[in-house]
Amino acid sequence: MSTVDLPVNSEAPAVAERIPGLWKTPGVMAAFTVLVALLVLIRPRSGDSTFRWSRDGDWFTIPDISLPANGIVWTAVALCLLCTAYAAWNARAGRKTPLVLVSAFAVLAVSGFMSWAVAGKTLPVVGLLAGALALAVPLVFGALGGVLGERAGVVNIAIDGQLLFGAFGAAIAASLTGSPWVGLIAAMIAGMLVALLLGLFAITYWVEQVIVGVVLNVLVIGFTSFMFSQVLSENSAALNNPPHFPRLEIWVLSGIPVIGPIFFRQTVLVYMMYVAVFLVAWALYRSKWGLRVRAVGEHPKAADTVGINVIATRYRTVLLAGAIAGIGGATYTLVSVPSFGREMTGGAGYIALAAVIFGKWDPIKATLAALLFGFASNVESVLSVIGSPVPSQFMLMLPYVVTIFAVAGLVGNSRAPAADGVPYRKG
Amino acid sequence: MRLALRDITKRFGSLVANDHISLTVEPGEIHCLLGENGAGKSTLMNVLYGLYQADEGDILIDDEPQHFKGPGDAMAAGIGMVHQHFMLIPVFTVAENVMLGHETTGFAGSLDLDAARRRVREISDRFGFQVDPDALVEDLPVGVQQRVEIIKALSRDAEVLVFDEPTAVLTPQETDELMAIMRQLKESGTGIVFITHKLREVREVADRITVIRRGTVVGEASPEASNAELAALMVGRPVELKVHKDPAQPGERALVVSDLTVADETGHVHIDGISFHIDAGEILAVAGVQGNGQTELTEAMVGLAPHVEGSIKLDGREIVGRSVRKALEAGIGFIPEDRQIEGLVSNFTIAENLMLNRSYDKPFVSRGSLNLKKLDTFAKEKLAEYDVRAPGVSTLAGQLSGGNQQKVVVARELSRDLRLLVAAQPTRGVDVGSIEFIHKQIVAARDSGVPVLVVSSELDEISALADRIMVLYRGRVVGIVPADTSRDTLGLMMAGESPEGSES
Repeated sequence: MSTVDLPVNSEAPAVAERIPGLWKTPGVMAAFTVLVALLVLIRPRSGDSTFRWSRDGDWFTIPDISLPANGIVWTAVALCLLCTAYAAWNARAGRKTPLVLVSAFAVLAVSGFMSWAVAGKTLPVVGLLAGALALAVPLVFGALGGVLGERAGVVNIAIDGQLLFGAFGAAIAASLTGSPWVGLIAAMIAGMLVALLLGLFAITYWVEQVIVGVVLNVLVIGFTSFMFSQVLSENSAALNNPPHFPRLEIWVLSGIPVIGPIFFRQTVLVYMMYVAVFLVAWALYRSKWGLRVRAVGEHPKAADTVGINVIATRYRTVLLAGAIAGIGGATYTLVSVPSFGREMTGGAGYIALAAVIFGKWDPIKATLAALLFGFASNVESVLSVIGSPVPSQFMLMLPYVVTIFAVAGLVGNSRAPAADGVPYRKG
Repeated sequence: MRLALRDITKRFGSLVANDHISLTVEPGEIHCLLGENGAGKSTLMNVLYGLYQADEGDILIDDEPQHFKGPGDAMAAGIGMVHQHFMLIPVFTVAENVMLGHETTGFAGSLDLDAARRRVREISDRFGFQVDPDALVEDLPVGVQQRVEIIKALSRDAEVLVFDEPTAVLTPQETDELMAIMRQLKESGTGIVFITHKLREVREVADRITVIRRGTVVGEASPEASNAELAALMVGRPVELKVHKDPAQPGERALVVSDLTVADETGHVHIDGISFHIDAGEILAVAGVQGNGQTELTEAMVGLAPHVEGSIKLDGREIVGRSVRKALEAGIGFIPEDRQIEGLVSNFTIAENLMLNRSYDKPFVSRGSLNLKKLDTFAKEKLAEYDVRAPGVSTLAGQLSGGNQQKVVVARELSRDLRLLVAAQPTRGVDVGSIEFIHKQIVAARDSGVPVLVVSSELDEISALADRIMVLYRGRVVGIVPADTSRDTLGLMMAGESPEGSES
């Protein structure tokens, strides 16, 4: 085909409106605009919504902002309509909705909803966001583990098991030694143990990887629940009383209003998360190691023919992914909750898995997706503390509803690594 | 660097794939390894490349015995391979593919992509390849992907290059260019092992020819040997390379296609308003560079294409808009271009595959249940009649060699009363012996009065079978010419130039 001109199918298509899914984003946006508008129409709120931006210890204090709730909501609805109209106009012209527009829309719709929900009360914005970040930590670590495993070609459904076992290991080791750092290392080892089982079945014995993952999750739930009721609860003072990581304020940075309290008054695990996200993203795309991991996940045979050991690369990556997910598990027992509890992850591993897919197998995007899910969880808890007009059962659904919408509605054409879930058989 | 294989033996269970094969390659020499599919050529090369370990025998480089534990060792010793199925990662750039496995790195293992780009450019310039180091491999045409494979091997300072069936995926023009590249490599002192079963190519570039049959070396041949001599060595008996066929006795106008337009789901038009006809007892061969609408044309004939406009009339009855089943019932036999994907169910037995086009009615199905006895008898007959080499009719189709698989497809399609035969790439990836057989069957179908449409990307096949030749370019008919039209004229037509004196 090098001397002959390319055949017909290379001619530019005049079929832009036929690109599937072009109208999906404007459609979802319209639906949400209508939902927010319906809220105020059916239940208009009286009073002002107050937004608090400052915390003690800031360099200077940003004053609270109080505005009439209905006014904000209607303004938000109007702006949302504008965004939707622009997205629709874009789609008509055969263009995709830009991500900036989607983000702006999300911020507007959420602000509208929040001012409606907190009418007459005060919303601590900084607390909401700082809490969202803290809640997202296990999701981010879990998602990073998921991204690594799948980039190497091993589907990791067992993220939840790795989180849970990490939490369990961290609780016992930290309780026994009195050091949260030992707990952290134990959590990484625990995550790697689950990963080792996953690797053994998926890489060495070619078992269907989705099934192995689910079975491992059930195994970890069963094992930890058994140990919890039979061993930990008998001896909770000695075995299930882990010391916690203290909050660590970063000098100078923590005093910046808004940004400081959100990002720099957290525990050491959050700072480790910043580093981990950066390191994984850099290593995956910019290092020799990452090139080989991606090669093994895309076309293992090609990697083999240039002298890369596919099996060893996959094992190493899966173990590393397990260790990272294990750190996420440690967050539960060394930061959030006083002690280990039965099934305490509440399916967070599955949400992390959704973040992997929503983030298109990219560490940065998966992290952003995990943050979004963390935010949805924290909206639920903050609103239930303030007291909101939405029934609490409904609010509990929020993170999961967001997950479904995100993965089903907004992912678009993402492509998994070509050999994801396919065991490598030589010859 | 002088490479020698000495008494290489490789067994898979009871099967001896390579039986004491010896071979030497001198620097600056093109050594052809000629043999049918399944003769053991690829196994031998995989042993050489460290993918398999030989059970007996040695690999010698400059008389030093080598022990390759994996491809990495073979590459380090200076052996490069251009694989039949390219070993490239589609979502990586050219530079990333070339550097993979021997990356130059900077601080903390970071990739030095600039070094890789320079290497790609340097090698491309040396051989006059036009390859952009930052292009994604999946966006490149097949011919260019193959050059990336060559660059990949050369970037590791390979002194012996193995080309495994390199022309199977190439157009005639790309094949000619590859031959030129191989000569250029040879002149720069590289030793080349060229694995193929295509005789024309062998005679064009080979310095020495070793012929392999059923895992053993059956002889060396000189490049001056005739096609018939080479084919006879390869197959083990004299082969008719030119299909013997009497002049066509065209009957009535059987198939009339007018203003046919075929588009795909996304609205691309692949066949753009073409018209032609085939008479009973005549073979119309469709030539063209792959991707100019041939696939869509054959799919439209059997009702597989989604958006078809215009008319296809078989014996006066309209086919367009009918279902595949109606097309089959109208008497259309269809040999699809990819037997693995569309022709066979590889996890079904030969017998089951033989009844796929008659899965709903007599003779094999009555009152909703299979008549296994009848099927068994039928399958055994066809196995013998079509010379399918298989242990039995209950062998899984996926376990057969390419040639035997294709014979099963041909047997199935020809064992009905046909009103039209559509054969797309009927002998792609099939060995010489089977090609001869399949061609005879197609000609026999013609002689029994069936109109035949043959699509092929091999000009040899087109010339061998055709009574008339239709050339497609960008979904349009460039011309319909007599069967004795010269290769050069056909080549020009395939590039879109209308010849003088053609019909339509």
